[in-house]
Amino acid sequence: MWGFPLFPEQASTVAGQIDLLYFALVGLSLIFAGILPFVVLYLIVRYHRSMKADRSNPINSSLKLELTWSIIPFILSMGVFFWSTFLFFQINADPDDPLEIYVIGKQWMWHLQHPNGKRENNELHVPVGQPIKLIMTSQDVIHSFYIPAFRLKKDVVPGRYTTMWFEPTKTGEYHLFCAEYCGTEHSAMIGRVVVLPLPDYQRWLTTEEPAILPDGSTISTGVSSDSGGSMAEIGAQVFQQQGCVSCHRTDSAARAPVLNNIFGKPTSLASGETLTVDEEYLRESILRPQAKITVGYGPIMPTFEGQLTEDQVLQLIAYIKSLSDVDANEENQ
Amino acid sequence: MTQHHTALAHHFDTPEQQKEAATLGMWLFLATEIMLFGGIFMGYIVYRWAYPEVFSAGSHHLNLALGTVNTLILLCSSLTVALAVHAAEEGKRRVIVNLLLATIVLGAVFLGIKGVEYYQKFAECWAPASEECLVPGRSFFYPTETTHTEGAASAESPVSEAAVHSETASRPYQIFFLLYFIATGLHAFHMVVGISLMGVIVWMANRGRFSAEYYTPVEMSGLYWHLIDIIWVFLFPLFYLIH
Amino acid sequence: MSTTSPVASFYNDHSRTMIDWLKSWFLTIDHKRIAILYLITINIFFLLGGAAATVLRAELVTPQADLVQSDTYNKLFTLHGVIMIFFFLVPSIPAVLGNFLLPLMLGAKDLAFPRLNLLSWYVFFIGGLFALAATSLGGVDTGWTFYTPYSSTYANSNVILTATGIFIMGFSSILTGINFIVTIHKMRAPGLTWFRLPLFVWANYATSIIQVLATPVLGVSIALVAVERLLGVGIFDPALGGDPLLFQHLFWFYSHPAVYIMILPAMGVISELISCYSRKRVFGYEFIALSSIAIAVIGFFVWGHHMFVSSQSVYSGLVFSFLSYLVAIPSAIKVFNWTATLYKGSISYSTPMLYAMGFMGVFVIGGLTGLFLAASALDVHVHDTYFVVAHFHYIMVGGAIMAYLGGLHYWWPKITGRLYSEIWGRLSALIIFVGFNLTFFPQFFLGYLGMPRRYHVYPEEFQVLHVLSSAGSTILGIGYMIPIIYLLVSLRYGEIAKSNPWRAKGLEWQTTSPPPTENFEHTPIVTEEAYAYPPEEPERDAASYRPGSPL
Repeated sequence: MWGFPLFPEQASTVAGQIDLLYFALVGLSLIFAGILPFVVLYLIVRYHRSMKADRSNPINSSLKLELTWSIIPFILSMGVFFWSTFLFFQINADPDDPLEIYVIGKQWMWHLQHPNGKRENNELHVPVGQPIKLIMTSQDVIHSFYIPAFRLKKDVVPGRYTTMWFEPTKTGEYHLFCAEYCGTEHSAMIGRVVVLPLPDYQRWLTTEEPAILPDGSTISTGVSSDSGGSMAEIGAQVFQQQGCVSCHRTDSAARAPVLNNIFGKPTSLASGETLTVDEEYLRESILRPQAKITVGYGPIMPTFEGQLTEDQVLQLIAYIKSLSDVDANEENQ
Repeated sequence: MTQHHTALAHHFDTPEQQKEAATLGMWLFLATEIMLFGGIFMGYIVYRWAYPEVFSAGSHHLNLALGTVNTLILLCSSLTVALAVHAAEEGKRRVIVNLLLATIVLGAVFLGIKGVEYYQKFAECWAPASEECLVPGRSFFYPTETTHTEGAASAESPVSEAAVHSETASRPYQIFFLLYFIATGLHAFHMVVGISLMGVIVWMANRGRFSAEYYTPVEMSGLYWHLIDIIWVFLFPLFYLIH
Repeated sequence: MSTTSPVASFYNDHSRTMIDWLKSWFLTIDHKRIAILYLITINIFFLLGGAAATVLRAELVTPQADLVQSDTYNKLFTLHGVIMIFFFLVPSIPAVLGNFLLPLMLGAKDLAFPRLNLLSWYVFFIGGLFALAATSLGGVDTGWTFYTPYSSTYANSNVILTATGIFIMGFSSILTGINFIVTIHKMRAPGLTWFRLPLFVWANYATSIIQVLATPVLGVSIALVAVERLLGVGIFDPALGGDPLLFQHLFWFYSHPAVYIMILPAMGVISELISCYSRKRVFGYEFIALSSIAIAVIGFFVWGHHMFVSSQSVYSGLVFSFLSYLVAIPSAIKVFNWTATLYKGSISYSTPMLYAMGFMGVFVIGGLTGLFLAASALDVHVHDTYFVVAHFHYIMVGGAIMAYLGGLHYWWPKITGRLYSEIWGRLSALIIFVGFNLTFFPQFFLGYLGMPRRYHVYPEEFQVLHVLSSAGSTILGIGYMIPIIYLLVSLRYGEIAKSNPWRAKGLEWQTTSPPPTENFEHTPIVTEEAYAYPPEEPERDAASYRPGSPL
């Protein structure tokens, strides 16, 4: 406009909708903030003590007026409330079949891992026109993953997963900020989101680049070949190394539930509850297995809290999810 | 007409006004106290909902017998306070002093028993080869295997053995005991304040400061005492009686 | 109305030695002297918080870190927030103006518990010393919100000391609240029924309810953070099994109502000012009075709107968003009623009235942008950006401080017995209004562009707006300096004030300026409603206008 922006770019499917709500509110505000000050100005000039005016029969109250200026703002604000809440639910509902990317926040760096095992720091490469879901957690304090051009942010909380989804509509580079104050270098916890055409994204996925792991060590390439394959493959290795496989197995020696084809499905608990297996539940069952016991099994699994890094938990989850995908595909065929 | 009354502060018009003001002020103060404990109860609710099994297991490590005795003692002390206020209404100075001294003794016994309970918990931590340490802090250790895994799998799997003994396993337990110590500690602090308050009232009563017309301080400290009693009545089942 | 009164004012002291004089102030139980103690103390805190803000704005002129480094910057914005909120805004209008005026407006000799009142000042002062000690020993860098687990586990600064200071200060707030509620209930002059009370009293009543019920929860949550740091136990640290969001719930349960602790008394002041300078009874008295109570009550149930993106469920988002819209209605009612009061009034542009008009303009913007933030979907974008920063400064700086200054000017003759310079007063009101808007309006644009708060290094495209904002803050700073100077000058050179220089209604104007120690020679008896300007008063006032009489 004058060499600096006054309005942010729109680069996701929800950006336009949120801007529309914003402009509606700006318009509504102008009705009040644009008119009311002029009414006040008119009144204080018209009825200034130096002005001749009719001041007879002043009124001190009027129920009709009070009701008018209570009910009209109420109706308007309810309109905004329903609109925005509808949008809010839409923003928070998972899309169909998204590309899942895992995010770990730590002071003061973003670490991201793509399903094929490619890692990157403070940058997020995504393909344009595809729904993308971020599964995020933090290693230390609360952070917040914020992409202004997408009009989206979500807190990244230690000890749990938060998710956020978006569908980029425009290729380009956008700001990535940490929006929740997280300590000394909070304002350096920034990066960029790179939206690429799908072929470029696929090429990028197999390009070798160095990356920093969440534990602080560096690997020379951020691609699968070096770090042992896709997230699910590394997860399978962790599954072996930690001895999970000695109980979670398909043969008759199994002392624990079979993990094939459970993700996204309902499961019954010993307490009588039923819940759907999601990332959060898997995480809890790995770290604090006593909390929710699957019906028919004993509370014999040891806790892995403090034994696994956030990275490894995510890989295990990716592995367990991959078990469900395979089965689902087989059933379909 | 009211000038003869020495206890009437300069800015009040009548003793009734002064008494009503004091009573309302006290009730408002009690409301803040309830909100203060309310914050802790909120924390309790959140964590009990998150870790029900931890809370019910942790509850077994509190001394139910001593807790029950303490509850009875506190209920008795509330009775003596109520009787003292009644005596104050009738202007019976000696009765007030005696009943409040009894209250002080009961309160002190309560604190003594509470001290014993605390001491037992600390002593476990100080013992050289202790099996458990339930005082929250860096040396906190909660013996999980005895209550939970029953040795079913731990013998066979080395991984599970290590995990059970890891300090991290006892973390949610720490929250239960932390809430226990904070809530009962804060309550004990209120008891100390209450006992001191009763001491002052006894001294004042002994000096003949109260009469059937003016006994507001007795009534106010009585209200305070009942409040800490009621808070205990909530704390006791929430910490000792979850099964 | 006599100009000279035989009654000695509360400033008169019979002390012969310095020690006596000190005792007469520091051991006083006179609510008016305690108000003066508060006035001096909180203004020192205001200058301190303002100094921190000056450095912050100066640093933000460039996108790089050149004036201060990240660590210092973080400590400065924490200092600014902690001082301004807990040690200036929360006590500002209630503890200074409320303390001075409440007994006067009620026709009482003092607050119900004068000794508690003095204690509350000492408690406040000691809490302030803790906060200052934390600052001088290296500062604290958690932000005034103390979010866990950063504050409880990761921060390496003086969290415990600051937390102790705020914890202690909380008692002062509670004591003031209890004192006000009891005084309003039990110490009203004969004939002063509830619906004859000035709206300032109603507003302080609503404020006190919040102070009494919400402050203990802040005390608990902040004490738990301190305990967690001391013992290394994990009540809020997920690594130790705790829940970091529990802190946010407890914290905002106090800190959202705390916003109303700051703005409700401000609204009370504005009702007084507009009525006086329109020479009319305030329009819709009952609606303004009850809307204060409604705000106080609903305000307890909207805290979750600070947590729309914190991973709380969408259904909590729905409920909190709905309640946030509900709490906006009573505020709107007030604004409309104030506007209607002007109609057919006889308006003069005195300094307090200019502040009141400035308040209305600014508060409307602050309130409307609140609706943007209450819209959960929109909040996803603007949460934790400069949009929020601009919004709450419009409410707190534009709203609360303008009302505080307006009220201070309005009652200055009553408090000090002197009149201030009207020309300088109007000039500073205008400068503050312009400077304020120039400082904070650009921040709405910054926020929508995505500039996160608490950043001292930022992308270059935001610089122009930041420079604009910093330029405005210079004007605002000058605007705040001017009243300090001419108000101090007026203490010595100002014209002696009459009992009722503004010809206002209200019991406080019926006694001398400054009032005697016991406030009234005889307990007043109230026979009429508040703001009982006769219906023909505006006409008469306008008719008496001659060129050259006060505007």
